[in-house]
Amino acid sequence: MNIVRKIFGGDIRQLGMVAALVILIAYFQIKTGGLTLDPNNVNNIIQGNAYILVLAIGMVLVIIAGHIDLSVGSISAFVGIVVAIAIRDWSLPWPVGILLGLGLGALVGVWQGFWVARVGIPAFIVTLAGMLFFRGANQYVGKSNTVPVPEGFQVIGSGSLPEVGPNTGYNNLTVLLGILGCAAIVYGALRSRARLTKIGAQVEEAWAMWTRLALVCLVILGAMFLIASGRKGFPVSGLILVVLVLVYGFIASKTVLGRHIYAVGGNRHAAELSGVKSRQINFFVMANMAVLASLAGMMFVARSTASGPFDGVGWELDAIAAVFIGGAAVTGGVGTVVGSIVGGLVMAVLNNGLQLEGVGADATQMIKGLVLLIAVAFDVYNKSQGKPSILGLFQRNRDRNRRLAEAESGTVDTQNPAQSSVTSTSSTLGSDS
Amino acid sequence: MSNVAPTATGTARTGSHEVILEMRAITKEFPGVKALSDVDMTVRRGEIHAICGENGAGKSTLMKVLSGVHPHGSYRGEILWNGAPAQFSSIRDSEQAGIVIIHQELALIPELSIAENIFLGNEQTRRGAIDWVQTQAKAAQLLERVGLSEDPMTKVKDIGVGKQQLVEIAKALSKDVQLLILDEPTAALNESDSQHLLQIMDGLRSHGVTCIMISHKLNEIEQISDAITIIRDGRSIETLRVKEDGVDENRIIRGMVGRDLESRFPDHTPTIGEVFFEVKHWNVQHPVRADRLVANDASFFVRRGEIVGFAGLMGAGRTELMRSIFGRSYGTLLGGTIVKDGKELHLKHVRDAIDAGLAYVTEDRKTLGLNLLDDIKRTTVSAKLSRITHGLVVDETEEYRIAEQYRQELRTKTPNVEEGVAKLSGGNQQKVVLAKWLFTEPDLLILDEPTRGIDVGAKFEIYGIIQRLAAQGKGVIVVSSELPELLGLADRIYTIAEGRITGCLDKAQADQESLMRLMTKNTTRTQANAVS
Ligand SMILES: Nc1ncnc2c1ncn2[C@@H]1O[C@H](COP(=O)(O)OP(=O)(O)OP(=O)(O)O)[C@@H](O)[C@H]1O
Ligand SMILES: [Mg+2]
Repeated sequence: MNIVRKIFGGDIRQLGMVAALVILIAYFQIKTGGLTLDPNNVNNIIQGNAYILVLAIGMVLVIIAGHIDLSVGSISAFVGIVVAIAIRDWSLPWPVGILLGLGLGALVGVWQGFWVARVGIPAFIVTLAGMLFFRGANQYVGKSNTVPVPEGFQVIGSGSLPEVGPNTGYNNLTVLLGILGCAAIVYGALRSRARLTKIGAQVEEAWAMWTRLALVCLVILGAMFLIASGRKGFPVSGLILVVLVLVYGFIASKTVLGRHIYAVGGNRHAAELSGVKSRQINFFVMANMAVLASLAGMMFVARSTASGPFDGVGWELDAIAAVFIGGAAVTGGVGTVVGSIVGGLVMAVLNNGLQLEGVGADATQMIKGLVLLIAVAFDVYNKSQGKPSILGLFQRNRDRNRRLAEAESGTVDTQNPAQSSVTSTSSTLGSDS
Repeated sequence: MSNVAPTATGTARTGSHEVILEMRAITKEFPGVKALSDVDMTVRRGEIHAICGENGAGKSTLMKVLSGVHPHGSYRGEILWNGAPAQFSSIRDSEQAGIVIIHQELALIPELSIAENIFLGNEQTRRGAIDWVQTQAKAAQLLERVGLSEDPMTKVKDIGVGKQQLVEIAKALSKDVQLLILDEPTAALNESDSQHLLQIMDGLRSHGVTCIMISHKLNEIEQISDAITIIRDGRSIETLRVKEDGVDENRIIRGMVGRDLESRFPDHTPTIGEVFFEVKHWNVQHPVRADRLVANDASFFVRRGEIVGFAGLMGAGRTELMRSIFGRSYGTLLGGTIVKDGKELHLKHVRDAIDAGLAYVTEDRKTLGLNLLDDIKRTTVSAKLSRITHGLVVDETEEYRIAEQYRQELRTKTPNVEEGVAKLSGGNQQKVVLAKWLFTEPDLLILDEPTRGIDVGAKFEIYGIIQRLAAQGKGVIVVSSELPELLGLADRIYTIAEGRITGCLDKAQADQESLMRLMTKNTTRTQANAVS
């Protein structure tokens, strides 16, 4: 266990989720006789869930800042129908249609951000209103009809990397993507190590770093070769997702904006007294969510080749579930972009595997509900008992730490505070932040 | 077996005193930190037993072990309660046994009444419904025991901290307490509230209740306690019996830090320059009660290199005044000007204030000073991220280096700067908050109760830092409820009462009496209900 901790360092909780994902994949791979990791199925999983994962990226920022957004599905549907109609009726070129959609998303975001940040109405209420309003707007604009979109537009939903270069038996661009990705990761790791060494900070042991890098690269290359061996290359929607994960992961962990989002969610008063403009932060997370929702809506429309009146129903809940499975706290201040993606993938693989096995939609829903509950319950239980969970077998010590911090929270000395929010995850799931 | 100092009298009298609690060889480890190692402590029935030690020595941890916050099994060693081994696995267990702990952070619910708070979790019921008559009557009795003349139905948020502390004690008494643990009970109280609390403790003692009290206010300890156990670096150093051993403050300090501390304030010869910061006719309205002015035509100035003290009773408006200056972070500004270096400033937001070279260290580090989810290094740089950003990107290497530098400079006790601030002891949290504001490189540093909950040694260090800043030509404002602190540190002291500045004394003229007189001076608008 110690070795595992050394190799993966930092966030062991996320590792627990990754482990769960790996186990899930392995389980379905065996149960379905290899269907799960069939290249086409992998493509399918990516394309069929990319839009939810895009929503999860926006949602995790909203949740870290201490809010919630229930309107994302309706916004997606509203933007989808407007774009589809604009392209059809005004014969806009499809790239202009996409820009129009993003612009519209931004407008919607400004609207919701205004009510949350300026007027100070809880996001739960504002976005509940938005959920109703934009659902209605979708049906009003589209007259409850289904509107098709042109083929060019469909690229962002169902397109793949094209075949280029010599015939290697693989999709060359996909393989190249994998190699570039690995190179970037190794370069990044070495660079930060060098800088830390320079200022004399403690760095992890070299073997631990190399083992981790090797494992990560192996997974990436493995996945890319797997996809590249199929009929099509890496999906465009997957590519969009990867880019967004990189950008938003960077924003959340390395930029001033990201710091401020965590600060506002962690303790708004302290953040304000440190010069953080919490209104601006709240405005940003809400507006940004709407823009990503519009993108997700268009990706979905592109994949299903048409926009309809019932697009986006229930998406907000999938996105929120992904975020909480990924370790975010309902009370705000805790969560990561990558964690939410992993959480979303757990749901996606589960969905897909159950489908392949021929389990009906009814049972699938029930299982998904239970998985959410159990994942979060383990977390809460861990934190209150300090006992390792299935996911957290590795994290004994860390959890004990956290538990102690918590023990103090309820009770004890002002001095060593620690507050309910250390608890973070979902101990208050259900309360509207 | 008992760890009582083996003076002739001490040993002789042990026999005549019944031992109520014995903690033997308590060892408690957190990952990477050994908070307690082999701590022994013996408490006699009916005494007030103080625990002294530097920040992070392990005092609070020891009490958490005793009260079951750290459950049995998470520590090594033995607890003998009334002679029998005790194994508490939660606070409930220890309460059942008659041990009640009162945390410094009061655990009262502001929106509930005093009576409801007292019986929270222990509701007085009749046939399944709350018996309000019983609740009120019993609450009134308990309040009388702690000398609090308030209507039991008053909401807790409407009484001051001092009275809230008494409500906590009343709550403890409602549970048939044999041993009452108070963790820094007077840290947030002013002089007279503290004295009242000590009297109540004295009364409890005469009724046979045993008390353990953690405090950094050594004068109070000397005044009230019968015995003192000293903890240093997680070890019990000695137990002193106050009367028999003739203990005084210096003796306690010697035990705590392992050497004599010649003076409480570092030597300092101020070099005071010209006036560089001035506030004129500052009027601020209370955020909710529009009829109240929290700052009433306040004017004051600070010179370069000067340490300016602000004295006042609780609720006099010192914090409110400072916060309203610091980017209007409190109340509604009705009028007034701020001039710094000859230029008028319009500080509409905290950001503007920070950029203008102001820093404000809050008195309430938990709710206003820290994001407890964050770690030390990120907290240290959080008030001035722009100093370590390239574009919009935070330079994390630089962040680490700076946090490490402040850790060493302020001697913050922590395994490393990646530790979460929630895990630090109170005094060390305060150092992190201080580091955060020093990092903004302010011209004017406003410190609100900077040494609350801080041990003597660390106080000395913090005074040293304040004086160094002043020596660099910066201005420092110190708001403090401890008059000796202001008298020892400040070059000039303003007094505030009910939002008005009622006086300004130079160091040479100031003493406790003159300050007290000005602090309680009736202003023209007498408001009987000025907040507690
Ligand atoms: N939950 C925890 N996890 C890790 N370390 C902890 C935890 N609680 C306390 N510690 C560490 O144990 C040591 C003792 O802390 P404790 O709170 O008992 O100090 P203290 O004597 O009460 O100090 P202060 O006077 O500042 O309140 C400190 O080094 C602190 O960092
Ligand atoms: Mg303490």
